[in-house]
Amino acid sequence: MKADHNEKEILRGLAANDRKAIETLYRDHFNMIQTLVINNNGSSEEAKDVFQEAMIVLYEKVRSGTFELNCQIKTYLYSVCRRLWLKRLQQLSRFSNTAETDEPLVPVDEDMDDHEKRNEEFEMMEKAISGLGEPCRSLLEAYYLQQQNMQEIAANFGYTNADNAKNQKYKCLMRLKKIFFTHYKNGNGDGGY
Amino acid sequence: MGDIKIIDAIERYIRGEMNPDERLYFENLRKTNPEIDQQVVEHTLFLQQMNRFGEWKKFRSVLNEVHTDLAEHGKINYSRLTGKARVVYLWKRYKRVAAIAAIIAGVTTLTFTAMVNVFSPKADSEKLTELSREFQNYKAQSRTQANEINKIKTGLNNSKSVINDFKSGGTAFLIDGKGYLVTNAHIIRNSSRIVVVNNKNEEFSVTLVKIYAEKDIAILRIDDENYKPVSSLPYAIRRSPSDVAEPLYTLGYPRNDIVYTEGYLSARTGLNGDTLSCQLGIAANHGNSGGPVFNHEGEVIGVISTKETQSEGVAFAIQSKYIFDAVDELKKDSSYQSIRIPVKSSVHGMDVRQQVKKIQDFVFLVKAN
Repeated sequence: MKADHNEKEILRGLAANDRKAIETLYRDHFNMIQTLVINNNGSSEEAKDVFQEAMIVLYEKVRSGTFELNCQIKTYLYSVCRRLWLKRLQQLSRFSNTAETDEPLVPVDEDMDDHEKRNEEFEMMEKAISGLGEPCRSLLEAYYLQQQNMQEIAANFGYTNADNAKNQKYKCLMRLKKIFFTHYKNGNGDGGY
Repeated sequence: MGDIKIIDAIERYIRGEMNPDERLYFENLRKTNPEIDQQVVEHTLFLQQMNRFGEWKKFRSVLNEVHTDLAEHGKINYSRLTGKARVVYLWKRYKRVAAIAAIIAGVTTLTFTAMVNVFSPKADSEKLTELSREFQNYKAQSRTQANEINKIKTGLNNSKSVINDFKSGGTAFLIDGKGYLVTNAHIIRNSSRIVVVNNKNEEFSVTLVKIYAEKDIAILRIDDENYKPVSSLPYAIRRSPSDVAEPLYTLGYPRNDIVYTEGYLSARTGLNGDTLSCQLGIAANHGNSGGPVFNHEGEVIGVISTKETQSEGVAFAIQSKYIFDAVDELKKDSSYQSIRIPVKSSVHGMDVRQQVKKIQDFVFLVKAN
């Protein structure tokens, strides 16, 4: 069961954003996925996209803490990638005879649904933030995503003092929150507060 | 503004940055003020989402970094397709489209060609067919040529080998016993090699003396050591026009044996009043081109050249006086001064069978390529 133990280690590393774990996963599994995609009417670039999306699915899953490794990582990634690629082919109306495979598969339907929903949310957020324009985008990213404090931000963005920066940040934040909650309430009928 | 301070406080509260006293105060405020409470809930949700979004973004950029790293160090076989691989990929991807496009293009082309064939008017120039003979052995010819080329290539060049295939053929006849022949210019157009064969199947090589393309007359000379010049020809060339309805016959080589055909003079001019030629009621065939048209006195009254495409039995001959014109022109060159056109027929008064027996030896099959 040593392999199993190793895989658990790697997943723990992945959950903790350990770059070594990410590299290991990437190195061990990318070629297999590339072969899958290229053999089924795709290109290397498309293989890269599909594989990275599958890595995000795995990442989200280990982050949520509910992931139980009941199959090999390889099998899981392969199953997810196959699903993603079939879907992409369908969207592109590109024809392929992908169905045949010797690799074992695990059901990933639920994970895929979760992933799609999250993807949608994140894409919405990305669009909303970039829709704010500058300096709001950089200001909010610096504060909320890069967790810089107001003094640093004021210095970097050329505000005379932290209070000015805070003032500007507040205005940007209100705009973003408005967009976010409009979408959130529309997208989630349960918005129960 | 109070709102700024509230948000600031909420953020510090959520992050746990408040000191215990502040925290107690804020929690009391939350309990007593539902508005603030709701703002806390909302902002918590928002910050959670922002955090996850931040992680997602960061993870994605890490993935890209890792990818670039590994690809650079050759630890994964990532290669943007270039050159042949890209062609193969594109072919795999687009072969269906390509096939469909090819089919459509094919169908369109065929349809278009068919329509052009159906609707295009037949050209006027096709009213007349030149009566030269096309030899039916192009295939053999190209095979022979291929063989020739191969022989040359392999260095086994056998210079003795002779190409026996000719692409064009017709008839010629002597106008001077020294070996001067008249035929149609269109038979030997663009020819590099010309031979004549008599009715005993003897072949002589000839040189082209002169082509009068506008008259469709060519003069050839037999240049062959096996040829024995004859002192006089049994027939004459007639200078003046004949009478309409005069019975005529021609000798020619529509096939490899000499063929006799008879008819009459239909008109003194050719198609559309052409004064160069005259119209004959005679069943001429391809290969009769260049053949002499005799009247029953044994005089050549024309050189058969074309026939009407649309109707059978109508042919046209170049009037014989143009032979004189051609020879007169030729005689300006001193080396051709000796040409004598026969003006007195020795078969005059014989019946046609006897005439043909005497004449046929001087009518030749022309082969040119």
